[in-house]
Amino acid sequence: MLSSAPRLRAILLRMAQSVPVVVGVVVISFLLTRALPGDPAVYFAGVTADAESIEQTRVAMGLDRPLLQQFFSYVGDLLQGDLGQSLSSGRSVAEDLAKRLPASLELTLTALLLAIAIAVPLGVLAATRPGTSVDHLCRVIVTAGVSLPTFFTGILLIYIFYYLLGIAPSPLGRLDFIYLDPDHVTGFYLIDAALMGDWETWRGAAKQLILPASTLALFTLAPVARMTRAAMLTALSSDFIRTARAAGLSNPTILYRYAFRNALLPVVTTLGMVFSFALGANVLVEKVFAWPGIGSYAVEALVVSDYAAVQGFVLAMALLFVALNLVIDLLYTAIDPRIGFSSR
Amino acid sequence: MLTVKDLAVSFQTRRGEVDAVRGISFEVSKGEILGIVGESGSGKSVTSYALMRILDAGGTIKAGEATYSGLDLRRSAERDMRDIRGREISMIFQNPRAALNPIRKVGHQIEDVLRHHARATRYDARAKAIAALEAVKIKDAEARYNAYPFELSGGMCQRIVCAIALACDPRLLIADEPTTGLDITTQKAVMDLVRDLIREREMSSILITHDLGLAAQYCDRILVMKDGVIVEQGDPVQIFSTPQHPYSRKRVDATPRAGTGVRSLLPPEDRSAEPILKISDQPLLEVRDLTKTYAGKSGPVHAVKGISFTVNQGQCVGLVGESGCGKSTTSEILVRLMDATSGEVIFDGDDIARVPARAFAKDRRRADIQMVFQDATDSLNPRHTARQTIAEPLRRLGRMRGAKLTARIEELAILVGLPLSLLDRFPHQLSGGQKARVGIARAVALEPKFLILDEPTAALDVSIQAVVLNLLVDLRAKLGLSYLSVSHDLHVVRLLCDHVIVMKDGEIVEQGPAQDVMSNPQSDYTKSLLAAAPKPPQRRVITEENDLENINADAVALHA
Repeated sequence: MLSSAPRLRAILLRMAQSVPVVVGVVVISFLLTRALPGDPAVYFAGVTADAESIEQTRVAMGLDRPLLQQFFSYVGDLLQGDLGQSLSSGRSVAEDLAKRLPASLELTLTALLLAIAIAVPLGVLAATRPGTSVDHLCRVIVTAGVSLPTFFTGILLIYIFYYLLGIAPSPLGRLDFIYLDPDHVTGFYLIDAALMGDWETWRGAAKQLILPASTLALFTLAPVARMTRAAMLTALSSDFIRTARAAGLSNPTILYRYAFRNALLPVVTTLGMVFSFALGANVLVEKVFAWPGIGSYAVEALVVSDYAAVQGFVLAMALLFVALNLVIDLLYTAIDPRIGFSSR
Repeated sequence: MLTVKDLAVSFQTRRGEVDAVRGISFEVSKGEILGIVGESGSGKSVTSYALMRILDAGGTIKAGEATYSGLDLRRSAERDMRDIRGREISMIFQNPRAALNPIRKVGHQIEDVLRHHARATRYDARAKAIAALEAVKIKDAEARYNAYPFELSGGMCQRIVCAIALACDPRLLIADEPTTGLDITTQKAVMDLVRDLIREREMSSILITHDLGLAAQYCDRILVMKDGVIVEQGDPVQIFSTPQHPYSRKRVDATPRAGTGVRSLLPPEDRSAEPILKISDQPLLEVRDLTKTYAGKSGPVHAVKGISFTVNQGQCVGLVGESGCGKSTTSEILVRLMDATSGEVIFDGDDIARVPARAFAKDRRRADIQMVFQDATDSLNPRHTARQTIAEPLRRLGRMRGAKLTARIEELAILVGLPLSLLDRFPHQLSGGQKARVGIARAVALEPKFLILDEPTAALDVSIQAVVLNLLVDLRAKLGLSYLSVSHDLHVVRLLCDHVIVMKDGEIVEQGPAQDVMSNPQSDYTKSLLAAAPKPPQRRVITEENDLENINADAVALHA
């Protein structure tokens, strides 16, 4: 059956290729967390602990065992789906991630969609009218987006829209306390609220989301707009555009069916990269807006050498990136027939 | 049908206004094929873009009139122009693979044009697109409809471009270098097809080319352009036999054709005596049962299938064939940049095929075998001056330093005719011919015994090609070099080589003395290659001036 569906087989092959990556990530995240300075036993034994009680904590945490043994018990737990207990929050890491990852993803994805919705048309317009006011606007936005740090734009937006104008709700988490959290289905409040048909909550969640998402969008929009403009300029000066013009095709056809589809490839590549550093930039935005996301969780865990939580975070991120790269590769093949699926 | 009067086109650039076309006038009548010939930058393509009003950004028609069937092409609205493009006047371009949208099925690209000009509806577009593919003699059009450009050969892509151009039955077809970059037999097939379609549909056509021979063969009338003006026009035979303008005379001279020697390509005042070439019977290089097999996507690819030949000392052997015949693979193995799968390459008595390509850079025979690369621009480091480029092999392999190095570089520059003042220029500050000289100087810097010429003049204009070919012949005589000249241009091979090897699909189909193979080919493939080469008309003027004898004598001297 597999041989008859080369596309499916290629996808499976591509997924199999990511297994060694995940294994590598498990090993490295384990070793890196162990290499971190700081002794978690000292931290968790408390301020008043003496040498003996620190030692007791160490034994209780299993940190006295040889590294290899610790690693195997970690992998063993991992295979059963157990990411361990977070020492700082007291809950299991899996539970924490399930709660916080969707919060981060909802923020990042909304920001990304917002960025695409603005950056791609802006880039296309700038490319079709080089040297005009649209082009200059594009340049200004790109420069601003790159040079303004997210914590600064975040605070600026809060100052204007919350403090001065009072349009935005207080920047405190995902939902104002007057609303109840929607039932957990996907963990995305917008989707969960819509599924429940609770539009009141949906609006509340959207209001909370809009400022942090805009902050992040401003940051991610710059590279996307820039790349769209460059890719469109390249595509528009290609020989096949001249052929299309010489054949008398209309401008919209030339622009979208011929130039834009060809320009999409580098744009998709950029999107993949932007998505990954947007997840990183999240930490600052989450801190500014008190967003209960995965970035702030990881930073807190790292500060107290909460091994299980850090490892869980790194692993979750790695899996996310593997999945992201897979999606990007699949998008490539959907856009560009030249990228051979049957070539492997 | 088309009247152009005092047309002038200029481009706004950062350095100010540049005039690309400065007031040209011509007419194309119904059913006529007009050739516009000139070197790159002469304004021939810009003229055609101006007629279609598809000039690149910054280009404008500054003055003049262009009228097509009573319609003012210069002033009519963009909307009207879109109706004219593709339906009344259409174009085919050079580099057909790039001229097609790489990620759209070719059938859909034809449909786009048909649908736009309301020649087809959603329901019959597919059938009409397939019919358009059949019209350009594409076999199995139904299956090709779903192909993407990258799945098709260059010749096939050009047929698709033709199908797009001809889908809506235009009255005028502008062909802009339609066969540049295609193999010689493909070139003939495409040109014959285009000519037949034009005649069949009683269309008019403008053929834009740098190849005077090609234009002469297919056109009713020829314009010669230089620097944006028409320097001469007339019927092909007249232009070839009695060129009036010095520029067209130079071009006609430089166009290689049967029965001429390498010196006759040059303008008469530059012709010196043919050098005397010494060819010994001693073999310098012997190739025995050379095989190269690649691992391909669908099974092994046999690029070279057990070929054997000999290059004698002082001999020039031509390796001829179309793309994919294995000639580049063979030359790369001989220059030791690639390892053979099996076989022997005996050079000066030793089998150099046994030395891995990777280790050959340190071999003492590295200096003996050198190469002149195809594209003079791409094969030079853009950040190195001519001096640094020539110094490279002298430093690395010759271990020369200081004053000795400088002296040798200047000696080489004089040898290849490169003015010493140009030595400190970067490639982009040099002309095509000067870059070719730098490449040749680099190759002969270490006094090699054997030089591989990989299409050394393919990227050059004919008049520069003439100079470079003469330089190569002179160097061979002066330095006692042996050449292996890889080429697809049979005229060039005829001028340069004593012995010719014809390759096809990794095998040698024919080899022998150049004169014999060229005048009396044995294999059908060689015959088809020779038949496909453009045949410019003979120059009658030579006979009148009693020059023919001299030229024949030259040719004999060269190949003796």
